[in-house]
Amino acid sequence: MELAEEKLGEHHLDQKEVVDVVVRFAGDSGDGMQLVGANFTDSTALYGNDLSTFPDFPAEIRAPIGATFGVSAFQIYFGAEDVTTAGDALDVLVAMNPAALVTNIASLVEGGLVIVDRGAFTSKNLSKAKYQTNPLEDNSLDGFRVLDIDISKHVLAAVEAFDLGHKAALRCKNMWTLGLVMWLFDRDRKPTIENIKAKFSKKPDIANANVAALNAGHAYGETAELPTGIHVYKVPKANVAPGTYRNMTGANALAWGLVAGSELADIDLLFASYPITPASNILHELANRKEFRVNTFQAEDEIAAVCAAIGASFAGSLGITSSSGPGIALKSEGISLAIATELPLVVINTQRGGPSTGLPTKTEQSDLMMALYGRHGDTPMPVISASTPVDCFEVAIEAIRLAIKYMTPVMLLSDGYLANASEPWKIPDVESLTPFPVQHHKDTEGFKPSLRDKETLARVWAKPGTPGLEHRIGGIERSFETGDISYDPDNHQAMTDLRHAKVAGIANDIPLQQVCLGNESGRLAVVGWGSTFGAIHQAVKRARLEGLDVSHIQVRYISPLPRNLGELLSNFEAILVPEMNTGQFIKLLRSEYLLDAEGVNKVSGQPFKIGEILAAIHEEFVQLESNVSREETS
Amino acid sequence: MNESLPKLTLKDFASDQEVRWCPGCGDFAILKTIQKLMPLLDSPKENQVFISGIGCSSRFPYYMNTYGFHTIHGRAPPVATGVKLANPELDVWVVTGDGDGFSIGGNHMLHVLRRNVDLQILLFNNEIYGLTKGQYSPTSQLGTRSPSSPEGSIDLPLSPCEVALGSGGTFIARSIDTEAKHLSKVTMRGYEHKGAAFIEILQNCPIYNDGIFEQVKNKKISADFKVELEHGKPIVFGKEGEKAIHLNRETLTLEVVATGNADKEVLLHDENNKIQAHMLATMTGPDLPIAVGVIYRQDKSSFVDDSHQLLIKSRQTKGSLKELLHSGHTWEVKG
Repeated sequence: MELAEEKLGEHHLDQKEVVDVVVRFAGDSGDGMQLVGANFTDSTALYGNDLSTFPDFPAEIRAPIGATFGVSAFQIYFGAEDVTTAGDALDVLVAMNPAALVTNIASLVEGGLVIVDRGAFTSKNLSKAKYQTNPLEDNSLDGFRVLDIDISKHVLAAVEAFDLGHKAALRCKNMWTLGLVMWLFDRDRKPTIENIKAKFSKKPDIANANVAALNAGHAYGETAELPTGIHVYKVPKANVAPGTYRNMTGANALAWGLVAGSELADIDLLFASYPITPASNILHELANRKEFRVNTFQAEDEIAAVCAAIGASFAGSLGITSSSGPGIALKSEGISLAIATELPLVVINTQRGGPSTGLPTKTEQSDLMMALYGRHGDTPMPVISASTPVDCFEVAIEAIRLAIKYMTPVMLLSDGYLANASEPWKIPDVESLTPFPVQHHKDTEGFKPSLRDKETLARVWAKPGTPGLEHRIGGIERSFETGDISYDPDNHQAMTDLRHAKVAGIANDIPLQQVCLGNESGRLAVVGWGSTFGAIHQAVKRARLEGLDVSHIQVRYISPLPRNLGELLSNFEAILVPEMNTGQFIKLLRSEYLLDAEGVNKVSGQPFKIGEILAAIHEEFVQLESNVSREETS
Repeated sequence: MNESLPKLTLKDFASDQEVRWCPGCGDFAILKTIQKLMPLLDSPKENQVFISGIGCSSRFPYYMNTYGFHTIHGRAPPVATGVKLANPELDVWVVTGDGDGFSIGGNHMLHVLRRNVDLQILLFNNEIYGLTKGQYSPTSQLGTRSPSSPEGSIDLPLSPCEVALGSGGTFIARSIDTEAKHLSKVTMRGYEHKGAAFIEILQNCPIYNDGIFEQVKNKKISADFKVELEHGKPIVFGKEGEKAIHLNRETLTLEVVATGNADKEVLLHDENNKIQAHMLATMTGPDLPIAVGVIYRQDKSSFVDDSHQLLIKSRQTKGSLKELLHSGHTWEVKG
């Protein structure tokens, strides 16, 4: 499939005012690129642009200096209009060494700006990046605007007064570079200065040196004679809804959603987890939130984590466990136990590239089938997905609501992109969130562990410590009537049907599927789930501007599916399903609704580009048109 | 015993479920002993929770009229940890077997012991897989003939008490299924211990491994084959107490001597001495008797207490969701 080139980016930087810009900071994993990115993001948010970011870092914590596999990058897309992805092609590339240049230059638009640290282009570093000749000298960068500066030299001069020593002084390189890029886009340095001072509050010399480097980089932009065509670019403020905003990564939004869910449910949480990339940030965040009704338990392994969570739920708290694909596979037997014993449990899967260790720091959506079907026995469970970093907040609350109301494990699907990407979040009004307080059973009259709510089919939740409600539960099939062990064939059929009916019934308790962009019927619907939201949204928006009759549908509830989804999809001539897997959701749609659909599949560890989905939309329309002309001629 | 609690008997702790172990199984005796012990505890019935894994022993919770959870193979320790973390007021009991606790669940056993989670762990050791019809287990003696080891097992066995000691367990004891008084006493001490109490119960499987503990169970001969440990007392055994355990300081080994031999000092049992506990836990026939009783005990901080203290400290000022959402860098967009 030929991909449509991103049109907006070309010769973007010819104007003094630009609508949107994609900047990528790339360097060694020890160069502090993530810190630079985070600070640039803060100042961009304060400036008033809409934005989206995507940190892209290697699995190696400290790869050998100068190695291509050790390049750590941070990409930010900011602009005056709504921004929902981290952008396709780069307008500005900051490359701190040859490895960062060689691995990223292909993404830079023609005429784009590349800022390099000339001092790092030593013959040793060049050979590590497998450059035969120095790209700063061999004209290979002629198609770009190049700002090659001996950053190291400038930094050493800027921080000389602080007497840090050569190595520590050079560590301020990232701040010098940040200062320059801040000048380039007219950003305010104040929040960054505050951040630096807070970060190094115990080392004032280091703090002051970093601030000096930042200011020196900025001053360089103001005073140095730069090549023609490099000047301050203004990016107009975005037109965003009034309110209080903050930046939010998906992992933090998810953790805070769990905190909010526990408050709304009026219940203690036990978050039991085993460290795994890229899911651990949720554990880290919650370990620091014990002033709320959250306790964390770092278990000895993935199985222990899910089992401790189940134990907590049995005891009347809500157990939550979190991992990534390989860890979720290990938890599978435990999840089935929670389904069998009808205990609430939230299982969070921050998906990553698989199979096996796969690509631990990269993103993928390839665990959907495992979420739906990857358990022994006939064991249905609700599966819901988050589509943007800030959406993780709402979805976490919803997972808790469903788990408690229906006494069932709930699988929440996030992914590596959502976990690490950030975007501005209009902070919701806490009072506007609807509480759903838990009522544990207390009445001893007629109590048996098999009591259930007639409407939701949820089993009774009686917690140990309650006098008169002593009872036993377990993994052996339980009698529908009494909850005691039962090997009766009819009972097993009845319990299997019950487990299915309970999950299916949730369809009546979730919102109907909405069309997020476009009409409710028409020629083409692009149907996504999870983190593909941003790219699909922009692609559909652009296609509609071109006059194409295309709609965007993003599905949050995957099991059960919204009850109107089948009918909604039948209103379109064609369905396109982009996924970061080889086609899993599309199989579900086909089997549920017997409809035809076309997949757009990408499994590279990288999120979709807008252009890739736009190209698929164009191709789909070519197909649709040729069908029409074929019908007309026949 | 807490006087404010209602007076209960063994019957109050028996559930209405028909007990389905094989006739003659050692588990019956253990069940009776534990049911009889329950009314003596310092905590109400509704606070007793039995968690088990999979295997014959793990059916135990179904027969106790307390809270109970029959979970999955080997995973009772983490489930119990979750229960205890969620509600430290509960008395949480783990019932497991040699396969459940030391084969499939070996990792969890190691960690629940080193964390010192405040639980009572009853390990029914019958040195065989009963429920799956008699395969050799990680505690089966070398050469055990079973459906999966027709020529005799070639796996070297482990000793549960030694592994528990090595894992950092703070209460390690051993008892025998049919010795109700002894088992009850040892279990009560485990119950009173703050932290993980590990109790290995030698249990006869009359179907697949009958008589494996005959020497220590048969009252006619057992006095010569087992020694009952009591803290601070000389380690003596035999019908008339005529044999004793002596520490040979040259070879750093234990040996059996006659009591009253002035040259051979009788070893005193010191529950708090870990090195000695290792030596006592290792004792096995034919040269040495098997030690029963509390082999080792030490006060250490308990994981659940510490976790709970952290929560209390963190919650001196309760978190405000609104403040959390507005913490750090925020900015206003005006309409």
